[in-house]
Amino acid sequence: MAEALPWPCPLPDGGTASEWAITDGPPAAPARLLIIPALFDEANKLRRFTREVMRRLSAAGIATILPDLPGCHESLQPLAAQTPSLWRAAMAAAATHFAATHVLAIRGGALLAPPLPGWHYAPLAGATQLRQMLRARILASREAGREETQDSLLAQGQQSGLTLAGYTLSPAFLREFGGLVAAPETVSTLPQTLLAAPGLWLRAEPGEDPAQADALAAILAIALREEA
Amino acid sequence: MAHDTDHKLRRILTDVLGLKPGQAEAFTADTGLFGHLPELDSMAVAGLLTEIEDRLGILIDDEDVDGDLLGDYGSLLAFVTAKRG
Repeated sequence: MAEALPWPCPLPDGGTASEWAITDGPPAAPARLLIIPALFDEANKLRRFTREVMRRLSAAGIATILPDLPGCHESLQPLAAQTPSLWRAAMAAAATHFAATHVLAIRGGALLAPPLPGWHYAPLAGATQLRQMLRARILASREAGREETQDSLLAQGQQSGLTLAGYTLSPAFLREFGGLVAAPETVSTLPQTLLAAPGLWLRAEPGEDPAQADALAAILAIALREEA
Repeated sequence: MAHDTDHKLRRILTDVLGLKPGQAEAFTADTGLFGHLPELDSMAVAGLLTEIEDRLGILIDDEDVDGDLLGDYGSLLAFVTAKRG
C-alpha cells in the first residue's frame, strides 16, 4: 500500500518545485500522520526504523506521510540553498497538501514541525546536533593533520558556508540552526526511555530493532484511537 | 564512583556499537577501540563523546580528543574517571 507521491514544495522565489513523499496506510483513513524525518546523519540511522513504524501504523489503519526535505533524499533542490525556515515552510506545505491531521517529528525534525497536534520523538536542539557535526569534522581533520576548532569553523561557516559530515550548509543555515529548540506547544514529547532501549541514532552503523518500532507504533496508534 | 563510571561507560559503548549483552563486560583495559573497531569513524566518535558527556555529566574539550584517548578501553576509562573527579 506504500507509494511515492509528488507534492508542491514552496521555493524561496515564490514558485514551487515537486518533491516526493512516501505514503503508507489506507488513503481514506481519518488519522493522517505527517512524519518529519530526523536530520543529516541521524536520518540514515533512523530511516529503516521510521519506515518500520509507518508499516505498523498502516496495519493499524492509520495513514502516514514521510516527505523528503528539500535538498535531501530524492530532492532535486541543492542542499546548500536550504535554511531551517525553508524546511519548516516545506513541511507546512506537505502537511496542507496531504491533509495531515497529526505530526510525528523525529529528533531534529522537531525543529521543523508545523503546529499540528502530535508528537516529538526524542527531540534535540539545533545546537546539540550542530556541535556533534562540528566535532566529527574536527576529528576527521585532525586525522588528516589539520587543527580546527568549533568556534573558528562556525565563524567561517556563518560567513561562507561549511561542509559538515558530508553535508554542505549555507551561511544562512548555520546562522539559524544553532539557535533552534523544539517548541512542544501542540505536541507531546516522547522520550527515548518510553521505548525501553537505546536510540538507534546512537549506533555507529545503521541498525534496526523491531521491538522499538512496535513500541512507538503502539503508543501512537493507541493515542490516535483514543482521540477518534 | 569509579565502579559506576566503568559500568556506565560499558553501557554507552554497548549502545553506540550495537554490542550484544555481555560483550562490553569482557572489555579489558587493553581492548582496542579507535583504529580497531571499523565502525568507530569520526561521526561515530563524535556521537560517542556527546553521549558520554550527557550520561556522565562531564564536558570534553575537543583538544583532549586524540588517538591516545580512544586507543583502548583503559585510556578512555581513565580519562573519563579523571574528568568526573
